[in-house]
Amino acid sequence: MLLLILKRIGLGLITLFIVSLITFVGVEVLPGDACTTYLEREAYGPALDACIKRLGLDIPSYQRYLDWAANVVRGDFGYSLSGEMPINEVLGPRVKNSLVLASVSILIGIPLAIVLGIITALWRDKLPDIIISTITIFSMTIPEFISATLLILIVAIWLGWLPGIVIIPSDATFYELLSNIILPVVAISMIMTAHMARMVRSSVIQVMASDYVQMAILKGVPYWKMVFRHVLPNALLPAINVVALTIAWLLGGVVVTEVVFNYPGLGRLVIESISNRDLPVVQALAIILASIYVGINLIADLMTLMLNPRLKSLQIKK
Amino acid sequence: MQSDLATNNKQKNNFEKVLEILKTMALKPSGFIGLSILIFHILLALMSPYIAPYDYKAISPNTMLLAPSAEHWFGTDSLGRDVFTRTILGGRTALTVTFFGSLIALLWGGLLGIFCGLVGGKIDDVVMRVVDAFLSIPWILAMLLIVSLLGTSTQVLIPALGFFYGKGIVRVARAATHDVIAKDFIVSARARGHSNMSIIWNEIIPNVRDAILVEGAMRWSWMLLGFSSLSFLGFGVSPPTPDWGLMISNARGLMSFAYWSVIAPIVGLSSLIIGINLTADAFAKALGIDRSTKAPV
Repeated sequence: MLLLILKRIGLGLITLFIVSLITFVGVEVLPGDACTTYLEREAYGPALDACIKRLGLDIPSYQRYLDWAANVVRGDFGYSLSGEMPINEVLGPRVKNSLVLASVSILIGIPLAIVLGIITALWRDKLPDIIISTITIFSMTIPEFISATLLILIVAIWLGWLPGIVIIPSDATFYELLSNIILPVVAISMIMTAHMARMVRSSVIQVMASDYVQMAILKGVPYWKMVFRHVLPNALLPAINVVALTIAWLLGGVVVTEVVFNYPGLGRLVIESISNRDLPVVQALAIILASIYVGINLIADLMTLMLNPRLKSLQIKK
Repeated sequence: MQSDLATNNKQKNNFEKVLEILKTMALKPSGFIGLSILIFHILLALMSPYIAPYDYKAISPNTMLLAPSAEHWFGTDSLGRDVFTRTILGGRTALTVTFFGSLIALLWGGLLGIFCGLVGGKIDDVVMRVVDAFLSIPWILAMLLIVSLLGTSTQVLIPALGFFYGKGIVRVARAATHDVIAKDFIVSARARGHSNMSIIWNEIIPNVRDAILVEGAMRWSWMLLGFSSLSFLGFGVSPPTPDWGLMISNARGLMSFAYWSVIAPIVGLSSLIIGINLTADAFAKALGIDRSTKAPV
């Protein structure tokens, strides 16, 4: 058991190492380096020399990778080119803002998804299922930027209930954030809930068809007792992994949503740093977002392991 | 002569099989709706250059932000261009880019997955680690990086999309190959002394084809989502190419007044994505593949 956990953590670390190699080599192989890309037409003379000196582009690339990786492990991502300040200072408030947005969305999304999933599964192919399933399919297939734009158009412009875009500085306080994030949270949790509700639905339906549930029905166990005691614990377990993958996948969608609502989080920083051609920040973001992805997956794997005694003796291969 | 007849027969069987699958798909209401939407979009994309009433890049200060009317069915945008023309031509861009992108994704993802599943061992371990690592970089970051360094032409976008949406197919193809690899017919093909290439081509591909095609169909809709998100963010095709994501992002600032120029591309893009999704779902069901419990990776 302990060995298995250590092995999973090890695999996660190897994955992160490869990610760091890919981002580093990618930037090396693609035309232009950090300095010529950033300075564009002014990439000559003293400005270029100074930039090369500052980023240490004159030393061999493997040496540079090792230095960079050693610093990243210590939590230091180096200097941002456009802001001319440590990347950690750029990242700090952004991470906090995105964390607030994501956790509020998850806190609303997961319980709602479980309830909706159970309702649609228990009333399968009846009216509640048809209505909810149609809505979930719509909200999970339509791109984030469309649902966000429609939300702004309907709620903010036509109805005038809420402000359409977020106008707060990146170092806003927690309470300032909360009053501004209603629409972004609705946009993100709508898609997330839809995805997860579908998973819960199919999982509950599978368990309902299993032998032990049929047995419980035949024994005369009351319906709701059967649902809560026999079906749900078994149905929600396999959903954990899928939920984790869904959350990790939505990282990409969060980028788009933050841009639509002008929310000062990590997602907008991705776009800003790429528009500014600030490659050191892009590299840092790649590592951070990949760590979040690997971390969420790891937690989900471990939770599944803890909660399911049958899997303890098995090697989980994805 | 004999072999001619045999191949002829085989082709006819394949054709009949496709017809049969299409029939199964169309008999379910959701499949019927999906297929109709998809076929409508494909026909529209093929015919749009001939039926477009205006020039898609004709800018005119006299026709700025006109409301929908008999002359301009969907109104005009902030540069005076006809929104109807740009909307029907936008489907052409979206379908072309994502269709060829999916084709590239299917080819490299499917072949690499089959190869890894067949060979196994160290090579398989290394390749799957790298694929895992690629999967854990958010697609949007990777795509944005590539596009910002290499430029935003379709020659860059199609292979880049094909590459990034193919990595998930590697896993599916590998798993499907694992399922068939231990079967008797593979063992006997090996015993007959067939090469790996021949086994892949004659034994494995016919057996894993369905699973890979279903995955490819799903990925087509995700790729469309990714592609239009890129255009929306300003990193997709460059103006004045008629593209839905680009149109939405341009019209967004003025939507409190000229909502028509944002509604038309939204309807176009949403309906195409829903059409592809429903079709892919029906396709999976017609082939007897259940993918309801899979996460969108």
